[in-house]
This record gives sequence, C-alpha cells and structure tokens, in this order.
Amino acid sequence: MVEHLVDVAVIGGGPAGLAAAVSAGEHGAEQVVVIERNSWLGGILPQCIHDGFGVEETGKSLTGPEYAEQYINMALQKNIQIMLETMVIELRENREIVAVNSNGLHNIKAKSVVLAMGCRERTRWGAMIPGTRPSGIYTAGVAQTFINLQNIMVGRKVVIVGSGDVGLIMARRLKLEGAEVVAVVEILPYPSGLLRNVVQCLEDYDIPLLLNHTVTNIEGKERVEEVTISQVDGNMKPILGTEKQIKCDTLLLSLGLIPENELSRMAMVEIDDRTGGPSVNQELETSVPGIFACGNCLHVHDTVDMLSVEAKKAGKSAVECITNTGRKQYETVIHVVPGEGVRYVVPQRINRPGKVELMLRAKKPMEPVVLQVTAGKRIILTKKLRCATPSSMIKIGIVIPPRVFASRAALEVRLIG
Amino acid sequence: MKKFQVAIIGGGVIGSSIARELSRYDVSVVVFESGSDVASQASKANSGVIHSGINSPPYSLKARLCVEGNRMFQSLAGELGVPVKWVGKFVVAGNEDEIAELEHLKRVGESNGVPGLEILDEAGVKKKEKNISCRGALWVPTAGITSPYQLTIALAENAAENNVKFLLETKVIGLKKQAQKFFVNTTKGGFLADVVVNAAGVFCRDIVAMLEEPDFNVYPCRGEYLVLDKSYSWLVRSMVYPVPPKHTGVLGIHITPTIEGNILLGPSAEFINEDEDTRTTREAMISLLKHAKEMVPVVPDNAVINAYSGIRSKLASAENGGWADFRIEESRNTPGLINILGIESPGLTAAPAIAKEAIGIIAGLIVLKEKGSFKSNRARVNRFSGLLETERAKMIEKDSKWGRVVCRCEQVTEREVTDALSNPLGARTLSSVKYRCRAGMGRCQGGFCTPHIVRIMKDNFGMDVIDIKLKSPNSTLFTGRVREVREHG
Repeated sequence: MVEHLVDVAVIGGGPAGLAAAVSAGEHGAEQVVVIERNSWLGGILPQCIHDGFGVEETGKSLTGPEYAEQYINMALQKNIQIMLETMVIELRENREIVAVNSNGLHNIKAKSVVLAMGCRERTRWGAMIPGTRPSGIYTAGVAQTFINLQNIMVGRKVVIVGSGDVGLIMARRLKLEGAEVVAVVEILPYPSGLLRNVVQCLEDYDIPLLLNHTVTNIEGKERVEEVTISQVDGNMKPILGTEKQIKCDTLLLSLGLIPENELSRMAMVEIDDRTGGPSVNQELETSVPGIFACGNCLHVHDTVDMLSVEAKKAGKSAVECITNTGRKQYETVIHVVPGEGVRYVVPQRINRPGKVELMLRAKKPMEPVVLQVTAGKRIILTKKLRCATPSSMIKIGIVIPPRVFASRAALEVRLIG
Repeated sequence: MKKFQVAIIGGGVIGSSIARELSRYDVSVVVFESGSDVASQASKANSGVIHSGINSPPYSLKARLCVEGNRMFQSLAGELGVPVKWVGKFVVAGNEDEIAELEHLKRVGESNGVPGLEILDEAGVKKKEKNISCRGALWVPTAGITSPYQLTIALAENAAENNVKFLLETKVIGLKKQAQKFFVNTTKGGFLADVVVNAAGVFCRDIVAMLEEPDFNVYPCRGEYLVLDKSYSWLVRSMVYPVPPKHTGVLGIHITPTIEGNILLGPSAEFINEDEDTRTTREAMISLLKHAKEMVPVVPDNAVINAYSGIRSKLASAENGGWADFRIEESRNTPGLINILGIESPGLTAAPAIAKEAIGIIAGLIVLKEKGSFKSNRARVNRFSGLLETERAKMIEKDSKWGRVVCRCEQVTEREVTDALSNPLGARTLSSVKYRCRAGMGRCQGGFCTPHIVRIMKDNFGMDVIDIKLKSPNSTLFTGRVREVREHG
C-alpha cells in the first residue's frame, strides 16, 4: 500500500474534478491530487467533438476537447498531481481513500475531499423496455465513445429513445456519418434536451421528434431488427392500438443520467432522493464534514459552463475548510425544500445568513412564471421569469436576513404558473 | 471425416456435465454447441437454485436425481472452484389452506429423503427473515444457490482441459445411423460417432426427429426474471417461495438471492409456441414485482438492473398439468442414441446425477477405461473483488493488469477480462467475458466496461471490430469503421 498525504483529493478527472482541483490550487492548497479512472482527463468532453462549450463562461464557443484542454493546462500549471487509470474502491468518512492502479494499492489521506464522479446513463432496464435482447442497443454516450474516440460505427439505421442532449447530439452525429436516423422518440410532451439542440440537431437535419411516444418493444434474435413505438397517455402509459413498427438495426437510449454516488454512500454521505446526489450546504459541503461535492454527481447539469462555476466553488470551499478562512461555525442549519412546480433545489441546507445562490429545476415547462422563495409566511424573493423548463437549470441569488435565518424556518422555493 | 466415440449435442449444463464425466475415461468426445459459448440457453437463464427435493413426487426420477445431485453438489463445486451457498429456503403460506399445503410438501420431502424440514409460524419466520410477510412457512435448510452459468462454464472448461473437443457455433443439421456408426452433419462439416448423446434441451425433439419418429412433444414454457441492484441484497438472505401453484408443474414466482449479491425475482410461466422466444414482456415484469411484494412487501419498484428469460423444456402441455418426469434413456429404435429429455427444474441440481446416469448407459455401449491423466481440479479463478488487500497487492506486483479496473460496478480488472478471453473453449463474445468475470453485469450494464473490453479484444487479441459479437454468431456489435484508416502504415 502506497501512502499519500494531501490537502485536497478530488475523485474524478472530468470537467468538474479539473475545475475543482484548479480552483483548490488557486486558493492556496499545496497538494492537490485528481484521481481519474480512465486513461485521459476531461471525462466525456474528449468525445464531445461538437462545439458550443464555454459560451456562457468565456463567450467563446469551443469543442469538448478544446474546453477540456484549457482546464488540463491550468491543472498542469498549478502542479496538480494527476493519477490516471486509477480506480477509487473505497472512501471513508474520515476522508481516507483507497485506490488501485497498475502500481498497486494507494491509501490517500486527504484533509478535504471533493466528489466529482460524474454520472452514468440510465439503461434499458431503468425504463423497463421489454422485448428481445439483441445486439445493437447502446446508450447514447457509449455510442458516442465508439464513434468519436474509437472510430467504430455502431449501426446504419437508428431509432433514438429519449430526447436528452446526448441523444440529440448523437442523432446529428450519426446522420453526418451516413446512418439513417429514423426518429427520436420522447415519452414526455416536450423535449428533455436544450431547445438549441432540438433545432440544431434534429430540425436542421429533418429528423422527426415524436413527443408523447415511447419504445414498447424490441425485436431481433441476434441484432436489433425492429422496434415498436407507441403513443402514451397523460400518465405516460402506452395507448393500446397506437403501436407502430419501425425497422432498424440500432436503438440508442438517451433516457437520462444518474449521478454516481456509490462512493458517497460508502462514506455515509447523505443523498437527496430528488437530485440523486449528496445533500449539500451553500459551500457544497456534504453531510460529512470535509467532503464536498460538485458536477454531475451532485446534480445533473445542462452545460459544462455552469458546472465548472459550481465546481470551482467546491474547490475553494475544500481549501477554506482546511485553512478555516471565511468558515464560521454556525449552529443553526435551515433546510431548503422544493415547493410547487420545483423538482429540486441545491443546496439543500444553509448554515449562515447572507447571500446564497440557489440552483433549481422546474417540474414542467411553464411560461410566464413567478419564482418565489419563502421562509414560513415571509416572502424572501419574488421574481418574474419569462419561462421555466425542466431542461434549463435556474440559478438565482437570494439574501437571507439574519432574523429570518434565526427563525430556522425552512426556505421553500416555488414556481407559480 | 473426423471420428469421435461419443458426440454430445448441446453445451448446456447437462451436455457439459456428461462431457466432464466422460473426460475421466480414455474415450474421444466431441460437444456440438450451436451458440457462441456453452450455457447459451436455459443453463444461463434460470434461478441458480440447488433444490432440496421437496417438490417432486416420491419415486420419480426428478425426486431421486434431485436429492442425489444435491448431495454431490458441494464436492463437485469445490473441485471446479464454483461458488455454492447453502442459504436455505422458505416456502411461505399466506392463509390456512396454504399451511395445510406446507404439511403436504413436508411429507413429500421427507419421503424423498430431504433432511431438516421444519414448519415455522409467523414469528419463527420473522426471527430468521424479517422482511417476509406470511402466516407460516416450511423451512428447507438443504436448498442452496450457485451460479448456473459459472458451473456450466467450469464443467465445460474442465472437460476441455481433459481433452474433450468443444465445437462452438456448430449446429447439428442432420443425423443418420449406418452400419453401427452415426453420421453427424453440422454447420461445420460431418463427423462420425459411435454414441450420440442428445442433450439439446428445448431442441431435443428436433434431434430425435432426425433419426426416428419421436414419441413425445416438447412444450416450451418461458420463465422471465428481473434482477435487482446489489444495494438491495439486504432484502432476503434465504430464498422465498410461494406454495407451488396447482396444475402448472412450476414452483411459482420466487425471490432468490444470487451468489453474487443481487436479488432475482421470477420466473413467470408462460407456454409459448416458439422454442427460442426468450423475450421479456411488460406483463410479466409487472406480475413479477406484484407477486414478489406479496411475500416481501419492501421489494422496490425502481431497482431493476436487468431482465431476461429462459425456456423450460417441458414434456407435458399446460392442458396436461405441465408436469412430466425426466427421461434419461437409450432409444429403443436407434441403439446408441442416448436421449436426455424434459430437463427443466430441478435439472441444474440433478445435473451431476444425470451425468452419472448417462455414463451408466454409455458404459454398456463402449468400453470406459479410466485414464491416469484426468485432472479433476480446475485452476481457481481469481476475482479482484473477492481478494483481500494483501492478496490484491501481490497480484498487481505479479501482473500490473490486476491493478487496472475496467468494470466499475463489479470491480473487474483488465487481467480478469484477458483471462476470460483466453478460455480453453475459444469463446470470445462480449457475453462470454461477462459470464466468466462479471464485467457488464452491474448496475450500469456495460456502459463503462464495453469500450474497455472492445479495446482489449482489438489490441490484445487482434480481433477485427466487425467480428466482435454480443452473444451469438450474428449478434454483431458494430457495422464497421467510421473512417477507414491504414493502421501501422
């Protein structure tokens, strides 16, 4: 067992992990280590060869690899230690990490830990799609890995189920590589991905988007031969008699992303069922002192730009936790809960009065809409928004007056249509 | 034309058990398997239960071979390095009528020689298994679990190490007997054999029909399963069965902990027309969850990580009650043809005893002389996830590939994938890797490991991407390269 003593250990070398590590370095941490299970840094960015990254953050539109390169270079300049092809197999509450790579086992004792494990794709079984079990069924991200990183074509005639962003991007990518993309099928009455992706990836390429539809059967003994799509009712149940068969050799799944928190659970970090990620305070500290969370393992983000901003905050907090600068211990904690129209809010806890930033997601599309934050009967904030959709995260700053904070009333965030 | 003394048709648990038993003797044996690996049908898609013998009528072949097989299992699994756990099972009664059924099952079990049977009241059950909801239950301590595909693979690989020839992706398409010899025509050419063992499972009638008019029918009966995430392994430690439904010849939808720590719900029972229709259906998925919750109400709805089905090879139709005994016999019309028919539950448990039974018949046909070179033990297959920290460190020192984890959910290393791909049967599909080392069996269902396994297949085994398959001869994963490249100049 190789022993390591570090200030900040970041689990995951994707965009969140890199931004957190760079920020930790900038805020004075001397020894920062990033532990990455793959042989490259940047997570899924290297396979996202389309552009549109960094627009909100820097005003420039970059490709995934270009965006990743910026942070990789910053990390190298900051002398951040990188462990590649290294899998964390254990995380303990006392911030000890056990990791393994080809040099052996490593015991990493960290003063603070940043969780940045990212997310995984929901599988066919998560959506319980029945039928045969042939080859030719890929999650969109895996198909993207094969096409863009391994130069391997996954199919010729494709149906995509789910209109998440990765699915939309892959619809265009497959079309550009000569595959026929028969349709994108979405169970909801609105697309799950960003509007710009619906326009740029489907409409511009004449790929039909079938809303209120889902795949209800898969046929093919060996390779996919056909899928059945059905219209669904208001409760998302397939309507009998609306079945249509589509011949295809490939089914791509873009059914949503699940934050990866097996390690968090191992360390007894409390998980919020709504986000699937750790429950954190305004400094992104989890329920376990000294363990912070950011990126898609905290909650699934729309864009890398917003994710990087959040991750930098986690990196900064991880350093402040060690140096204790700007970190006052408050005994009171107030909870932040999603109310009407809101699927989730991050952070879930606040332990000081003053300015706090909330990130939230709407349950369904609404326009126009009023965002309201209340503490008991007191209204803290009322703001009119042009629209709210589940695919676009809403970020809002609030100021909690000391008296409100002292009352310990939970903050409720609502979207009123 | 290649000649073998014994030709076995079918590389399921029965064909592989017989092959492994025969490999003790100085006799040439070939196994024809139409799939890309052994255990490609029912042997990989069942509950993985080692039955006690309480469910078959006294004096049936099923009862005798189940109890015998159960007693042989531990030492066989030990020799082959296959995991076995004697977790026991509860047959739970939901009302007074069913409690009376438990008494009946207990009597049947006792007359079959099953030890340790005990009827518990509700409190007695709760004490052992707090999540079960019932009025009472029959406790069956001699029921256990194993990994059915690992067992089949181990039997086949051990047989192969002892010189049995396995021909994968080789389908028998014709069978003739002339001048005391069988001529076996396959998709890979013709072969001669003295004895033919028909262990073709659900296809056993097709094989018989190549030689004579079969005196039986096969009624395929599909059983669907749901696999739950390992984080729910706490649901039950023992198996939980209902009182068997009457007149279907099946045991009912049960809850089974797997040897790897998942929970299985199933199987359903649906007589179907096509013997290869291993689909899963929405109706069965809903019904499996409903039935499981009747016995264990805390079974969650959203923890399913996989679903699959297997086909029971039944010799009795639904109209005739669905129950028929095993048939293990030499054909009267075609001497030298040994038929193993109607192997369904408890076929996995009975497999070692069925093999002995078959060897007995074969010994009357050809001379079986034990050979000195037989190796009964198979090299232990190491799993990174099962090793202690100190062992892990040692393994990595010996081969750094032990330190490269390529399957995040099941913690499988590159070395284990490489070992799986180097198997003595020559099976090289994604599934053959999965069933040997568990890469791809976790909650992400291959999302992380598939690109890694493809890389290893390409770079370390020289496989062309268009030849990489999921599980069967035509289940290609890819259609080619995105761009043609000239690799290495």
